[in-house]
Amino acid sequence: MRAGLARALPACAGLGLWEAAARLGAAPPYILPAPSRVAQTAWRARALLAEHAAATAAEILAGLAIGAALGIGAALAMAASRPLERALRPALTVSQALPVFALAPMLTLWMGYGMAPKIAMAVLIIFFPVASAFHDGLRGADPAWIELARNLGARPGAILLRIRAPAAAPHLAAGLRIAATTAPIGAVVGEWVGSGRGLGYLMLLANGRAQTDLMFAALAVLAALALALRAGVEAACAAALARLGFAPGETTGD
Amino acid sequence: MSAPPGLTLRGALRAGGRALTPPLEIAFPAGAWSCLLGPSGAGKSTLLRVIAGLDDQPGQARIAASDGAPAAPRAALMAQEAALLPWLDLRGNVELGPRLRGVPPPPGRADSLLAAVGMAGMARRRPRGLSGGQRQRVALARLLMEERPIALLDEPFSALDAGLRARMQELAARLLAGRTVIMVTHDAAEAARMADRIILLGAEGARTLAPPPGRPPRPLDDPGALRAQAALLRAMRAMAA
Repeated sequence: MRAGLARALPACAGLGLWEAAARLGAAPPYILPAPSRVAQTAWRARALLAEHAAATAAEILAGLAIGAALGIGAALAMAASRPLERALRPALTVSQALPVFALAPMLTLWMGYGMAPKIAMAVLIIFFPVASAFHDGLRGADPAWIELARNLGARPGAILLRIRAPAAAPHLAAGLRIAATTAPIGAVVGEWVGSGRGLGYLMLLANGRAQTDLMFAALAVLAALALALRAGVEAACAAALARLGFAPGETTGD
Repeated sequence: MSAPPGLTLRGALRAGGRALTPPLEIAFPAGAWSCLLGPSGAGKSTLLRVIAGLDDQPGQARIAASDGAPAAPRAALMAQEAALLPWLDLRGNVELGPRLRGVPPPPGRADSLLAAVGMAGMARRRPRGLSGGQRQRVALARLLMEERPIALLDEPFSALDAGLRARMQELAARLLAGRTVIMVTHDAAEAARMADRIILLGAEGARTLAPPPGRPPRPLDDPGALRAQAALLRAMRAMAA
């Protein structure tokens, strides 16, 4: 409780300073609206904000699910076969090196103004950290476990799925935590490029109409959404790792 | 379980393409407990891995069983590290072999093996929080699950304190009786207590030493075993020089 209070203190102080600066007329409201005014606007526009937040949340969650599934699949495929690893490794590197923002206009051109290009952006951003972290974990499983499994007569497929995959769970969790932090970027950038829905679209719209207070309100909702997503993924990963018998913070097991 | 074969190793032990020993010929008698000692890096663990079929690099020493059938599928390995899987409970760890091979484990067998190694009633526990001795007991139960006539033990008790080690030696001797056992150890007392045959392995080759009289596991105060321990230490000290 005290720790929570101590952590909230800087944020409260910042808000207080901001409020004071806005009230003292440091900048006109269309440049820097006071937090109290942003809060009022947010409450008035709550239905609008909720509608657009739902769209953005749906894009992020879909992107997270698809990107994580593709990342896990790619890591397993690469760990299962050397030729596949050689074939997929460059694609993995390119997916990380490419500035995804530069792809946004093209994705919108190909996939239209709906949810699809935003989900695709989120998928592209999420895929790399998940695939790379999980693959590292699959390759780094304790050699003693692998030798044991070989001595017990396990085939390579069984070693991959029943030894390497669970052993790599802490690495996968680390990749998912990174993915959850970066996923909102993909969705919002996609909305900026071309969209009729979502918090990114709402911010652009408010900006164009000089409704700075609404823009800040949308930003606050987006931040809350990102924090909630991160907290949710952290909690789910921690619970799953505990169920698998890993100690908190453990990456190698035994 | 099929009848335990005798094993003969022929050729030079190699690691990383380099020969560790001159060409060897070592016989491990059927159904007997052989102890393998020698300085670190002499190739003791490599020898076990060769028998287990885990090391077949070019030019590696070869293993032949007295009955002519392949030895590796009949050999079960137990190492210093228990290598229990943290995401399986103890029953799952004991049943790891059948699970990995995709065959149903014999019902109740894991629990009775856990009871045999002194871990009754702990089948549903996870390995986390077990002591070193408890972990090795589970690893022993996992090895017994396989019902293989050859047991390869790579310093299985060296991380345990002396009292616990003595108890585990007695347990292993009882449960592995009748199998062809090859145990790597650094502990002359352990070899003198457990061995039907003692083999010293070094860069200059292998030497077989006479075991003390009496059947293993010999009592802790057995005069023959204590004399053999001293002789073994002298021989190991000479090798280290």
